[in-house]
Order: sequence, then structure tokens, then C-alpha cells
Amino acid sequence: MGAIVFVAGAGAITGIGNNVPECLAALTEGKTGIDSIKYLPTNHRGSLPACEVKLSNGELAAMSGFLPSASRNAMLSAVAAKEALDDSDIKSIPGLRIGFVSATTVGGMDKTEKFVADFLPDHTKGRLRDLIYHECGNITAMVAEKLCIKSYVSTISTACSSSANAIMYGARLIKHNVLDAVIAGGTDALTKFTLNGFNTLMILDEQYCQPFDENRRGLNLGEGAAYVVLVSERVAFLLKTPPYCSITGYCNVNDAYHQTASSPEGNGPYWAMTGALEMGGLQPSDIGYINLHGTGTQNNDSSEGMAIQRLFHPNYPKLSSTKSFTGHTLGASAGVEAVFSALAIKRGIVYPNLRLQTPMEEFSFVPETGFSKYPGLKHVMSNSVGFGGNCSSLIFSKI
Amino acid sequence: MKTYIRSTANISPQATFNTPMFLGEVTEYHDNRLTCIEPDYNEIISPKLNRRMSRLIKMSAASALTCLKKAGITSPDAIITGTAYGCLEDTGTFLTNLIEQNEEPLSPTAFVQSTHNTAGAQIALLIKCNYYNNTFASGGASFENTLLDAMMFLAEKKQTANVLVGGMDEITDASHTILSRAGLYKRNPVSNVSLFNTSSKGTVNGEGAAFFLLTNTPSENNLAYIEAVTTFYKPADIAETAEQIECFLSEQSLNASDIDLLVMGNNGDAKQDKIYTQLQQVLFDEVAAVKYKNLCGEYPTSTAFAMWMATNIINTNSIPAMLYHSGNVNEKINRVLIYNHYQNIYHSLILVSAC
Repeated sequence: MGAIVFVAGAGAITGIGNNVPECLAALTEGKTGIDSIKYLPTNHRGSLPACEVKLSNGELAAMSGFLPSASRNAMLSAVAAKEALDDSDIKSIPGLRIGFVSATTVGGMDKTEKFVADFLPDHTKGRLRDLIYHECGNITAMVAEKLCIKSYVSTISTACSSSANAIMYGARLIKHNVLDAVIAGGTDALTKFTLNGFNTLMILDEQYCQPFDENRRGLNLGEGAAYVVLVSERVAFLLKTPPYCSITGYCNVNDAYHQTASSPEGNGPYWAMTGALEMGGLQPSDIGYINLHGTGTQNNDSSEGMAIQRLFHPNYPKLSSTKSFTGHTLGASAGVEAVFSALAIKRGIVYPNLRLQTPMEEFSFVPETGFSKYPGLKHVMSNSVGFGGNCSSLIFSKI
Repeated sequence: MKTYIRSTANISPQATFNTPMFLGEVTEYHDNRLTCIEPDYNEIISPKLNRRMSRLIKMSAASALTCLKKAGITSPDAIITGTAYGCLEDTGTFLTNLIEQNEEPLSPTAFVQSTHNTAGAQIALLIKCNYYNNTFASGGASFENTLLDAMMFLAEKKQTANVLVGGMDEITDASHTILSRAGLYKRNPVSNVSLFNTSSKGTVNGEGAAFFLLTNTPSENNLAYIEAVTTFYKPADIAETAEQIECFLSEQSLNASDIDLLVMGNNGDAKQDKIYTQLQQVLFDEVAAVKYKNLCGEYPTSTAFAMWMATNIINTNSIPAMLYHSGNVNEKINRVLIYNHYQNIYHSLILVSAC
């Protein structure tokens, strides 16, 4: 216990890039991936923008090794997890206990939707093969098999904070010496289920989202998968390349305010951030950059903003929501943002909050509007908030 | 460090909830679907919430609140739930709505209640528990994952801490129709009472919501403690399974002969049950054994039912008459090992011991 957990690898596929270097290039150039919907067959094409991965299922199948008829969610997960695993080079060390902890909110819902459309009018219809992806755990298991990982396979599903909890759980499995290395993160493909679900909640922006803007209108959904490879100190020493960073703090709390809304005073995110700082033995002033949850909804941004004001006023770190690039990738979002946070530490960079026109009047802080170099960046905090009041914060630190 | 079980509550297809008797009389089912015997929720949850919650959420909330009440704890330090299928009813409702209304669904209610963490979240909301809250959706290892998470959580705490853990899954009409089409259940009518006398393909469908209050603090009120838990994934053959079990026992400095009772996950499917028979021959020749899925049916989090049973067997030092057992049972039942495999994919071991 008390051992240090390092980030030794990263992999990501999002609407701004099919791998980490492509994502990093888009972040540096300020290029969003949000666009009109091209791949998901939905009636909302043309009216609701989203941030899709710019590949067809056929193209993703070729990249991931799955059949084109597999769930898009499994394919995205396999692509990012493989990139993370290769990047870490942990497979070069024999005998490691490697786990795969993946988060997802809807599993293979894309295939379930297809099944249910046939099944509803006639219960003898619908291809049963389409349903093997439905269980969240099955997506993880199928990808684990592609990665030849058997030591530990686990799936976490806590709505939009899912992959933050997967990373936290992975770090704890290493600290408790259950495993030597864990590929931890999450995946979620865009589905009609989630698109229509958020649409009935009336929190989708029909334009490109503007997180933390006074005139924000809602969120854009995205899709993707992202993983970090967490390793123990012993494994980190055996690797040829130095790790990206360490994970020094994390905290999971529940806002317990409402099933879908965050408390106005931002209790959940406030407690999560405070708990993570406490664990890392850090002060608010130690944090150089916060990768915000920042969905762009009225409720989230004002609640999260309130929590940040309570904790950091008057000395705010640099802040931005990279959901302005990737959209809200739900179960994958904290994984995506963990990869971006690890890169921020490793390279000393801070990402912009795109399309910010009028900063929120109630707060005195202003998110970053441009990409910048930050050579002395030591600690990055990443926030996640989800349905059911689940709030988690992670802190990534320079070694 | 020991992880103690302070209290437990279990809503299942048997009369297990709020009854003084531990498995008194078996409830018999004559088809391949075992449905939970549900309490009057209005006595446990406010009628307003009761109307809004789907069945799985109500079962979970009632089971969780009752478990806390039994332990005399108003709010734990963590809530951890495990469910393979999640909220099937709400998911089905929203999917149906979505398709029938051609992507113009009317209400977000089913959608917001469809996420896997809804049960854990609703429990937190009911008791205003602001602490650690996690949900596993790891197929047939979902409940075991909650135990490992809880055991790590308790080990991380220097002071007294309590964790509420639960395993839950529900059957819906649609899920039963679909899984029946997939050939999971017996084709011909079978009574759960005689489930283990059949030698045909398939099992019977089950469901349940069992909760436990776990603590790191010794007390006379503790019912039993969890010595260890492990899962392993898709073993190549019986030899590898046996090796995993032996390794698990030796990590606890135990031999198979130290186990007083083996609780096995037989589900009546001839092929799947063969694994238990072979392991008994190889490893547990001398150990008394009971089975439990004739009571609750087969579902991915059925080991929560098994742990409820093991806890009560230890605490009462008795094996209810309805549980047919093989082998000689020691006078004092100190160690119960639960071994289950779910479709020969997820295998798990939970070792429950007397305090």
C-alpha cells in the first residue's frame, strides 16, 4: 500500500483522431471533430451535430480485427486498448499479471437496437448473434481476448464518470498487489439510444457546443475509446521508456442530489476534487491545469464552476473542457481526458476550450482560449460527473 | 485483515426476505422462470418513489435499506453494486419507445433510469450517502468484483469503515423470451425442486437482489467474515480450474480438507454441471457439498444468493433440510467455499468463514 502507480502507455480513438498522435495534432491545431452525423443511421442526421470517429464499421473492423458485423463499441475499444498496450511495451516483460478494466455505459447497444427493431413486431425474429454484445461485460471480455489478457477482466459502469472509476480501480488493484499492470479506461460508441436519450432530456446543442460559455446551449455527444496503461513502480523500472506521469490522487463521491442533475453548489465535484488533493497531499495551488468535465449544459457547467470557485478562488489554475473538441464521449470521456491529461504533463502543454465567446458571468475565472506551452506543469486534475450523482476526480503528476 | 459480514438481506425467488426462518419451506416453480417474491415496498420505500422506480431498482433499494437497518447503520462509507444486465426493464422501455415512436420518444424517464449505476445511485439518494459509489457490470463476475473492491476499500481505511455491497439482476418478459431462444433454459417443463435430477440441456432462469453490510471491525454482531475472493476467466480445462482453486486455497494456507462445506453453482445443465462433478472428484472428494440454483435459478450475480446462504449456514451452524447435501458435514461449520462458474466463462471462489 502507498506504492506509486505510473502511467506507462496511452491509446485513444476519438472524433479528432484515430490514435494518440492524431488526437494531439488536432488539440494543438485547435481542430474540433464535431460535425454533422455521417455514420450513425439516425433521423437526427442534419439536425443534431455529434463528434463521430471518422471511420465506417468496415474500416474499424479492419483496424480492430473484429468482423464488420461486430459492435462498433468493441471495435473502438480494441483499437485504443491495443495502441495503449503497444505504447507501454509491458508485453516485453514476461510473467506480468496484466488486467483489463474497461468502462462503458451502453455496451453493444448499436447491435441491440438492430435486434429490437426486428424483434418487436415478431418475437421469433431478430438475429441472436447481435445480442452477444449487449452486456457491457461482454464487450470488455471480447477485447481482452484480442489483447490476450486473462489475469483480470472487469467492467465498470457508472454513467459519465465510468472510466475515471475504471482508472481508479486499476490503480488500486496495483497498489494492493493484485496486478502488476492494468489497461484502464473506457469506450462508448454513438448510438440511437444515447442520442435520443439525451435529446429527450433536452440537453443537446443543435449547434457546436460551447462549454463554460455564458450562452451555452447544451452538449454534443461524441464517441470513442481511450486507455492508459497503469504500472507498478517495479514494472516502471523495467520499462525502457520513462512513464508519462504518476497518478497521485483520486476520489470518488456521490452528489446524492438528483438522478440526473448536479447540486447547484457543486458539492459532488467539490468533494471529489478535495478528496483527490488530500490523497495526493496537495494544495489547490499545486494544480496547474484542470481538464474540466465541462459538458456545455447549463446545469453541469454552473455546478462544476461553483465547485471550482469554492476550492480555488482567487487563484485559479488554467482550465479547459476538451469536450469542445471531442464531444461528450460518455463512458469513454474520463479515459479520453486521462490520456489528454497525461500528455499535458509529459509535454508541458495546455489545451484550449474552443468557441468560448462570453465567459460565464457568475465566475471570475476564464477557461483557456488558445493552445499554450506550460513547461513547468506539475499536476493536472481531471474531473468527471455522471448520472446518479457519481463524481470522480483524478490527479496526474510529473515524475 | 478480515472483512466481516455484519448483516445481509436477500430478495429472491424463495421466502428469504424478512422471514425469521432461514430457508424454511421451498417455493416450487413449474416452468423455467423463477421470479422474486417481492415485499410490500410501501413499507420500505415512499409510495411516490415506489411508483417511479422499476422492479430491479425497487428490489435493490428494499434489500439494501433492510440490510442497513439490520446492521443498525444509517449510512455506510461506500456503496458498491454489481449487475451484469443492468436495468433491463428501463432499457427495454426506452428502446421500444424509441423504435415505435421512430426516434421521437416521449419521456426521458426510462432512459435516465437505464444506466447500470441506477440502483447504487438511488440507494445513495435515499440515504443521502455522499461517499464512494461504484458499479460493476462484469458479467458473471460482477458481484465478485464488488467484493474485491469492498475488501480493498476496507483495507485502505485506518479507522472503522462500513461498505454496502449488493448483487442484482432481473428477468423481463423480453429477456426471458430472448435467452430462451438462445437455448439457455430447459425446453420441457421442470420443477426447480427436481432440477438436479434432470440430465438435459439448459437451466432455469433466475433473478435476485442480495445485499451485505461489510465492515473491517470485529464485533459479536458479525455473522461471518470473507477470508478471500477470486475470479478467473475461461480456464482451458479442468486441470487449469483445479490448479486455480488449489492456488487460491494455498494462498490462504489451506487444503481442500480444511473446507467444511462446498457450495457449488450447479444449474441443471448436464454439460455445465459436469465441471463441478469432475472437480469434486479431483479436489473435494471428502468435502460435504450443497447446491443452490434450484432455489434462485441461474443468473450472472447468483453468487450473491450463494453468499447470503453461506453466511446463514455459518451463523446458524446448520444446513436447512431443503438443501440436499452430499458427504458428511462436520459438527461445526467453520469454512464455506463457494465455487461457481457462469457458462464456463467466469469462474469464482468466495471463502466465507466463522468469526
